[in-house]
Amino acid sequence: MGSLSIKALVRRLCIYFLTIWVSATVIFCIPRLAPGDPIAAMISRMSQQAGYVENSDKIIEGWRKRFGLDDTPMTQYVRYLRNLLRFDMGYSMAFFPTTVSSMVKRALPWTLGLLFVSIIVTFLLGNFLGALLAWRRTPSVVKMTIPVTMIFTSIPSFLAAIFLLYVFAFRLHLFPLRGAYGRGLQPELSWEFISSVIYHGILPVSSIVLVSFGYWALGMRGMMITVEGEDYMHLAQAKGLNPFYTLYRYMVRNAILPQVTALAISLGTMVGGQILVEYIFSYPGMGTLIFTAIRNQDFNVIQGTSFILIVTTATAVLVIDLIYPFIDPRISYANSSIEKGH
Amino acid sequence: MLDQNQKPVVLEVEGLRVYYETPAGDVLAVNGVDFQLYQGETLGLVGESGCGKSTAAMGVLQLVVPPGRIVSGQVLLDGQNLLDLSERELRKLRWAKLSLIPQGAMNSLNPTMKVNRQIQDVINAHLDRTSKQEIRDRILELLQMVGLPERVYHMYPHQLSGGMKQRVCIAMAIALSPQVIIADESTSALDVVVQRVVAQTLLRVKEALGVSMIMIGHDMGLMAQMVDRIAVMYAGKIVEIALVKDIFDQPAHPYSQLLIESVPSLKEHKPLKVTEGITHDPRHPPPGCIFQLRCPLVMDQCRQQEPVSQEVRPGQWVACHAYQSSEADQ
Repeated sequence: MGSLSIKALVRRLCIYFLTIWVSATVIFCIPRLAPGDPIAAMISRMSQQAGYVENSDKIIEGWRKRFGLDDTPMTQYVRYLRNLLRFDMGYSMAFFPTTVSSMVKRALPWTLGLLFVSIIVTFLLGNFLGALLAWRRTPSVVKMTIPVTMIFTSIPSFLAAIFLLYVFAFRLHLFPLRGAYGRGLQPELSWEFISSVIYHGILPVSSIVLVSFGYWALGMRGMMITVEGEDYMHLAQAKGLNPFYTLYRYMVRNAILPQVTALAISLGTMVGGQILVEYIFSYPGMGTLIFTAIRNQDFNVIQGTSFILIVTTATAVLVIDLIYPFIDPRISYANSSIEKGH
Repeated sequence: MLDQNQKPVVLEVEGLRVYYETPAGDVLAVNGVDFQLYQGETLGLVGESGCGKSTAAMGVLQLVVPPGRIVSGQVLLDGQNLLDLSERELRKLRWAKLSLIPQGAMNSLNPTMKVNRQIQDVINAHLDRTSKQEIRDRILELLQMVGLPERVYHMYPHQLSGGMKQRVCIAMAIALSPQVIIADESTSALDVVVQRVVAQTLLRVKEALGVSMIMIGHDMGLMAQMVDRIAVMYAGKIVEIALVKDIFDQPAHPYSQLLIESVPSLKEHKPLKVTEGITHDPRHPPPGCIFQLRCPLVMDQCRQQEPVSQEVRPGQWVACHAYQSSEADQ
């Protein structure tokens, strides 16, 4: 079994924190490079609603001061990093005086739930179908049907979301159009609430699963075919083992290893794909939050939400990395072999 | 056929044909192979690369993979024709009666399973209701038989050397005390020292169990030490089958003669004998003898008529027209 030395663990954690620091810096820079001014944008939004805003110059000036936007970028950057360490991401500029952390706190569980379910379903379904595609004993009817289900693989997830929304919610009224749970329900641990969450989650999860499982199925199929040519598969047959046992313990068990690596790599993309899906379903998660924040040029919320998403993704990759030695006995972090894994 | 010591026949192969399908026609990899394997005997199957010796072994094991297929023939194990069995019956019989020591020792073990689990697999698949303790004891006993330390029990294949892996394969092959073991070039991927150790292990285990074995290989020196009889294969056919001593002292078939002559000697530095001619297209063998294109003794008859295998000396069977007359004299 793979083992993990303290030294290797520390090295891996250093990489983890370095990733987070670099991304925090990038997040800080990008909104400030975009044209426009968040305060001016807010005032213009206010004036659209109210017709005319008195003393708008003074308001802009006052708020710029209050948010520290007049300081040098370096001062802002140092303050930003210091606050991040305390998970203090400031106030939302568009929805002052709501704090970014309270917005994130409200949105994060929804996103994590949706992501977790859709990634697990995608990964399991994709690999299962891929394994069936490659297995010699799979009935040919099944083998011909699976590729047909993959037609969605070539379209982006937000288009699939719009399609599903239109057909199943708007036309057929089978599923709700928006939201994460029914109107009038309070988040609580009751069956009524949980079933409503599941009911509302089916379409968003499906739109992510539909567009991405084909990728896993094709990857798995390729790996299965490679493994099938291995000598140990030949020997497994000569041993007279049960074909199902051979399938999962000899074939799938070995073919899935590169797929797990690919999962760690693709996590970021899957998170990105979810942002638009959430927005389309008005799902109260991080994606919707980010999307609205970008439209409002709400620096602090953009920074905060992106930062949390990056931390989440980096943590997931870290976890996959650390459990990898336990699923592939040949990988070990016992000596300084960690660099080979990257 | 010969039954020198009145030993019972364990395995009998008759007219086995295995073809590989290609767009340009079938490759006749094994084209009518007959032989018998006696109880406790080791039969060596030799021949150049591509002559069909491994394919013949896979045909015996019923492990021919597409595009290959068994076209005709009989493989009688204990009087039971393996080609008639259903998949389920075949699975039951595999390894319990007929096991394999594979060619590529390096990749023949599942990299994600510990050694003990892989040996346990065959015990679980074929023996009902064996207690955990019994299985454990049996595996440790097997490891000891092939000269592996007890710690190998808990090791993964990547932690073992090539020779150790091959010995694990041997331990696995004898786990159910089969009647026949097929060793498919099981030592050819190892360096000579390890090869020797593995070969000795194989021989010792074989003696201890009294199992019959087919050894496939092209190392004539190793064969000379390990086997009782040798079958020489050329282009999908067995051209000569005889006791080891006879093959080395007085090879009858021109191809066997070439093969023996090309065994390098440690004592003298003799020039390598280069054979004239080329091997025929395996899709379209010429009419008559298959060796006619390379044979130094080729006659007109060889181009027209296929030679039949006949006994030229007691226990030495040769398929060659050069011996036709001597046969007639006897």
